[in-house]
Amino acid sequence: MSDWRYRLAEHHGTLLAIGIFVVMFAVYTSNHPAGLTANVVQTAANKGVLLAFVAMAQALVVITAGIDLSVGMTFVLTNCLASWLVVGSPLETTFGVVVVLAVGLLCGAVNGAIVIYGRLQPIVATIATGAIYFGIALMLRPFPGGGVNEDLADALTGRLFGFVPASLVTLGAVVLLVWVPFSRSVYGRAAYAAGSSEVAAYMSGVPIRRAKFMAYSLSGLLAAVGGLFLTFFTYTGEAAYASGNAYTLFSIAAVVLGGVSLFGGKGSVIGAIFGALAFRTIGDLLFVFDFDPLWQPLFQGVVLLVAVSLGAFALFRVRNRLDWFA
Amino acid sequence: MAAPSADTAAFFRMEGVSKRYGGVRAIEKADLAVTAGSIHAILGENGAGKSTLIKIIAGVVAPDEGRMLLDGREVSFASPGAANAAGIACIFQELSLVPDLSVADNIMISDPPRRFGLIDRNAQRRMAEAALERAGAADIHPMALVKDLPLSRRQMVEIAKALARKPRILILDEATSALTAADVSKVFAVLKRLRQEGMALLYISHRMHEIAELADECSVFRNGRHVATYPAGSKSDNEVIEMMIGREYRHIFPPKGTVAAEAKPVLECRRLGWTDRLRDISFSIRPGEVVGLGGLDGQGQRELLLALFGVLRGMTGEIRVDGAPVRVSSPAAARADGIGMALIPEDRKTEGLMLPMSVRENLSFAALDRIAPHGIINRGIEDGKIEEMVRLLSIKTANPDIPVGALSGGNQQKVVIAKWLMRGPRIILLNDPTRGIDVGTKQEIYQLLRRLADEGAAIIFYSTDYDELIGCCDRVLVLYDGTVKTELVGEGITDRALIASALNINAGDGVPASGAAA
Repeated sequence: MSDWRYRLAEHHGTLLAIGIFVVMFAVYTSNHPAGLTANVVQTAANKGVLLAFVAMAQALVVITAGIDLSVGMTFVLTNCLASWLVVGSPLETTFGVVVVLAVGLLCGAVNGAIVIYGRLQPIVATIATGAIYFGIALMLRPFPGGGVNEDLADALTGRLFGFVPASLVTLGAVVLLVWVPFSRSVYGRAAYAAGSSEVAAYMSGVPIRRAKFMAYSLSGLLAAVGGLFLTFFTYTGEAAYASGNAYTLFSIAAVVLGGVSLFGGKGSVIGAIFGALAFRTIGDLLFVFDFDPLWQPLFQGVVLLVAVSLGAFALFRVRNRLDWFA
Repeated sequence: MAAPSADTAAFFRMEGVSKRYGGVRAIEKADLAVTAGSIHAILGENGAGKSTLIKIIAGVVAPDEGRMLLDGREVSFASPGAANAAGIACIFQELSLVPDLSVADNIMISDPPRRFGLIDRNAQRRMAEAALERAGAADIHPMALVKDLPLSRRQMVEIAKALARKPRILILDEATSALTAADVSKVFAVLKRLRQEGMALLYISHRMHEIAELADECSVFRNGRHVATYPAGSKSDNEVIEMMIGREYRHIFPPKGTVAAEAKPVLECRRLGWTDRLRDISFSIRPGEVVGLGGLDGQGQRELLLALFGVLRGMTGEIRVDGAPVRVSSPAAARADGIGMALIPEDRKTEGLMLPMSVRENLSFAALDRIAPHGIINRGIEDGKIEEMVRLLSIKTANPDIPVGALSGGNQQKVVIAKWLMRGPRIILLNDPTRGIDVGTKQEIYQLLRRLADEGAAIIFYSTDYDELIGCCDRVLVLYDGTVKTELVGEGITDRALIASALNINAGDGVPASGAAA
C-alpha cells in the first residue's frame, strides 16, 4: 500500500545525500565551460572515488556507533605498500593487489580486536593504531617513490566504452561485492542493532561482537581499496602525514553529510559515498564560479555545518530534557 | 531420553536458585515449577526478587547456586541468546527493541530467514506480518521504524517478536503496563490460545484483576524467597497481601513531627500531567511535612519528581510555590532563590556526582553562586561551608580533596545530600535515596530528613522500601499508573494499606481497621 513512505523514512538520510550531490553536480556541470562531457565526469569521478572509498570505510564503523581515526593512515599505508608490490607481470601484480587488500583487512581487524575484545574506546584505540600504521608506512617509503603497474592503473582510472569512468565502475563493484552482502547478512543487521541500542541487541541474542569485528575488518579492506586507487592515480607511494589526517577528517564529514548518524545505527555506506562526492564537489563549484581556491576550506566548513544542523532538529521535540544528554 | 508427559509434568523447574549482588541478597534458594499448557503468575512487592528470577531464566544473569531443569535435563544459559535457543522468550519491561530498525527487522532479529546466506527480506516480511497477526497487532506496518511508533505499539511489536521465536516458555514481565485496554484484551486472547497450544507462560504483573483472569497458578515471592504457590482463585486478595507483607528487619526511625495546622502550603500541584506517564496529579505540602511517594516501581514517581524539578517539557497543569504560580523550566530555575528546590537523584553515580572529582568540588557544584561572589571561587567561604557540611552529615573522608568515588556508597550519598543542603533548600525532593546503602547510613539519613523538616523544609520522599515510608512519612501518596490513587495519612500508613493500594486492590474498609486493631 504505502510501502514507499516507509522506505522513504528508512532511507531518508541516504536520499538526502544523493539529492544534495545531484543538485551540486548539476550546478557544477551547467556552469562548466565544457558542460556535461565524458571528460568532466571522468575527472570528477577520479577526484571523488578516493574519498568515497575512505568514507565507506568510515561509515561501516560509524554504523556500529564507533569511529575510526586510523582510516586515513590505513589508506596511506596501503598506498606505500602498493607502490612496492603492485608492479611487474600480471601474476605479480595480482599477488600485490591481494597482499595490499589483506593488509588493509588486517589493519581493520586489529582495530576491531582492540575495541571489541580489549574494550578500549574506539577514538583512543584508532588514534594509536593510526600512528602505528603511519609509522609502518614511513618505514616502507621514507621518501616518495616506487611505482605501479601502469597498464592496470590506466585501465582503472580511464573510461569504459569511451564514456563510463572505470573508477566509478570499480566503486559500484565494491559496493556490490562488499556492502550489499554485508548489509543483508545477519552480521550487517547485527552491526546496525549494536549501533542503535547495544543493550536491546544483546537482549535479543544478536551476535554483537562478531558483527562489530566484521565491520571494523571490512572498513580496513575498503580503506585499502582507496589506497590502491591512490597509487593508480599518482603512480607512486608517499607516506604523507597531512594527507592521511585530512582523509580521516574528511571521511567523517562525508559520513555525516551522507546521513550516517555518529550515534550509530542509522544511515548507509551508499549515503557516505554520496556525502563524499558532494564534499568533493564543493571545490569544483568554487572553481567554476571563479572563487579563489583559498575559500575552499571555509566553504567546506559552512556546508558541513548546515548539513549537520539539519540533523539536529529532532532535539526540539525532546520532552524529557535528560534525553538531550542520553 | 525420557519423554516427559507434557500435560502434567512440570517441564521447567528451578531448584534452590540464589543470586547476590555484592552483599545484597536478591534471591535465595528459590524454587519454581512451571507446567506446559498453563499460565503461572508471579507476585511480590518491590525488591521481592521477581526481576532477578526472570533475568536468571532468560540468561541475563547467572545464578550463584541452584539448578534449572528443562524437560528433565539440567540447563544453564550463558547469554540471552542461549536461553532463546532453548526455547525461552522473554518480553521485558524495559523494551528490547532496536529503535533504528524496522518492525520486521526487529521481530525477526534473532534468526532472520536466509537465502544463500543473506537475509530474505520478502520472507522476513511475510513472517513478521504473520507474527503481528498472531499477536493481534495487524495494524502495525512491518516496515515502520520502531522509534516512530508510540509506546503501546512498540509493546505489541515486542510481543510479536517473542511469538515469532515459537518459544516453549514465554515470560511476560509487566508486558501489559504500556498497553491500551483494547490491546490488553487482544493480548489476553492470544495468551489463552498459546496456553491451549501447550506453551508455558510466566506472567508477572501487579494488576490483580489480570492475574485473576489469566493465571492457573500463582507463586508469591517475598524478600527473595519463594513463599507459596497456590492454584489461582484459591486465595482472597487479603490473603495474598498477607503473604507479600513482612520484612526481616525494622529500621529505627526518629519520632515524627507535628505540623502547625494553619501553616500555608509551600508547594501546590494542580492537575499535573505529562505525556501518558503522569495524569491529573494534585497535592500540596506544607513546611515541616515529609510526604512519601509510594506504589510499585515505575508508576510515575520518578517522572513526578523530574517534573517538579523542571526537567520535563510539555507539562500540563499548574505548580504553585508560596501560593503563586511558577514556571520551572530547568533545574537551574528550580533551585533559584524564589523556589528553592533540591532533587536528590536516583542514581548517585551518574546523576548525583562527578565520581573522579574531589569531595570538595562535588559539594560546591549546586552552590557555586554562593561561594563565588564575583565569579571567582572564594576558597575561604568554600572551606568554611564544606567543613560545616562534612561535620553536619559526618561524612567520613580523609580530607575533602580526595575523589568522591573513593568513598563508600553511604558516604557518597551523604555528599549528594550535603551538596544540596549547601543552598539551604526549602523543598527537598528525594528519589529513592537509600537504595544500596548500609543500614547505619540509612538511619542517619532518616534523622537528617526529620531534622530538616523540623527546621521548616518540605520533603517529598520517594522510596521503594515500604518500611521507610511507614517510618518516615507524615503522609504517603500512592501512585498507580501515573496518578495518585490513594493518600494514606498518619496511622493509616501500614504495610497492608501500602501494598493494597500499590496493587490497586480495593481491599476496602478492612485495611485501615486491621492497622488500628494491631
